[in-house]
Amino acid sequence: MAERAVFTVSQLTERLRAVVEEQFPAVWVEGEISNFRVYGSGHAYFTLKDETAQVRGVLFRNRMRRIRFEPGDGQHVLAFGSLEVYAQRGEYQLVVELLEPRGLGALQLAFEQLKARLHAEGLFAEGRKRPLPRFPRRIGIVTSPSGAAVRDILRIIGRRFDGLSIVIAPARVQGEGAAGEIAGGIADLNALGDVDVIIVGRGGGSLEDLWAFNEETVARAIAGSKIPVISAVGHEVDVTIADFVADVRAPTPSAAAELVVREKRAVIDGLVDLRSRLERSMRRRFAREAERAAALAGRRVLTDPARPLRDFERRVDEALRRLQHAARATLRRAGHRLEIDMAGLRGGSPFTRLSTGRQRLVHVEGRLHGEMSRTLVHSQHRLGTLVGRLDSLSPLAVLGRGYSLTLTATGEVVRDAAHIAAGDAVEVLLGRGSLDCRVERTKERDDRPQV
Amino acid sequence: MTDLRFEDCLTRLEQIVGQLEAGTLSLEDSLKVFEEGIGLARHCAKYLADAERRIEVLAKDDAGALSQKPFAFTDEEP
Repeated sequence: MAERAVFTVSQLTERLRAVVEEQFPAVWVEGEISNFRVYGSGHAYFTLKDETAQVRGVLFRNRMRRIRFEPGDGQHVLAFGSLEVYAQRGEYQLVVELLEPRGLGALQLAFEQLKARLHAEGLFAEGRKRPLPRFPRRIGIVTSPSGAAVRDILRIIGRRFDGLSIVIAPARVQGEGAAGEIAGGIADLNALGDVDVIIVGRGGGSLEDLWAFNEETVARAIAGSKIPVISAVGHEVDVTIADFVADVRAPTPSAAAELVVREKRAVIDGLVDLRSRLERSMRRRFAREAERAAALAGRRVLTDPARPLRDFERRVDEALRRLQHAARATLRRAGHRLEIDMAGLRGGSPFTRLSTGRQRLVHVEGRLHGEMSRTLVHSQHRLGTLVGRLDSLSPLAVLGRGYSLTLTATGEVVRDAAHIAAGDAVEVLLGRGSLDCRVERTKERDDRPQV
Repeated sequence: MTDLRFEDCLTRLEQIVGQLEAGTLSLEDSLKVFEEGIGLARHCAKYLADAERRIEVLAKDDAGALSQKPFAFTDEEP
């Protein structure tokens, strides 16, 4: 028979101590505090427990000072420390180095559990989120009618923005029954049928105050709403289940109101932009057509009603002809004198006459050149003047000075009011562009002094 | 005008502006759609500004029927 291994109590305890203290030199333990008691020594003793088990803990005086809150029964905490076996009593305990509060215990746990469950169900999925309406006209608010939230929302929507009506579904937002009333308000606003967006929320408060917004009833009501829901609970730092389920989370009720107003203002800005683009593109089109019309009209002015222009062309031709004629006449005169001189030359002594004749020929040639060039300069000057006047008389130049040309429907220039009847369509050519006009009435005489 | 009609109006307006900006229409057609566009823009603006500025509070009778009455502030709570 094999020998039994028998420990003494001390030996067993010693073995346990070795194992426990070696295995758990430093450990985080989560649990609820009970039987918390501070002894005269300044050390505190308590029990950490959960639903099915407990472990004793000790917090020595020098460690107590490092803890920022007052530990007490019922608190859910995280404790950090090492395990120690107390041999005299056959017990082990946690020697706590650090103690941290762990939320609100049961409430916090409920929050985490619901959050996990709804998340797994897909209620927080991005794909479920609906965009806010671009042009809301009626906004539903589920909140306390006497609370800070409704005041903040109305301040922003009611005073700053026209064209929005508001319907408040009154609900208690904290305490017993609040969650049911909030869910009911959401359902009622859905039943109304003409609400474009719902804001669900309340002003700031403690975690307990905000608790209704962490309840499943409210989460389900938000998820079931046919109308997009904005959650607006407490302050920026407060995050509730309602925020996860809502289509949009606003950090505060005021921010929710801003969101609604901003969306609508964006649509109005877009509309204003569309309208100005509409007008701008039409104005551009008109300008382009007017330019084309002016180009066409300009051609017509030069071809048909441009009698003065043609007159001037003729006068220029004439001037040029006279110029040539003058030059020819001068040449003829000079040639004539040359002939006389030559004749004289032929009559005298061949030698003297030849030499004087040569001198005179040179002289005459010089005069001929001088006269020709003077005539030419003069003619060129006259031509220049004529061209200048021609320019100033061009219908286009006249139009550029602010005059306009009125044409009948058949393109004839109107010179006399008697040729036009009221109701006739006329086209008025300006320096740039043209006007299509209808004559309201004609006055055969006006107030101008008669020239 | 319903929201749907409004959305349609806005879409048609965007379409018209696109056409005019592209400049492919004849002058006559341009004028025609321009006039339509101005009408739509007025319509849309009116629709947005039209909602009455009412502030109401929902009330429910014993039978659960909803009614709406003007809202007035009461004493403040959180």
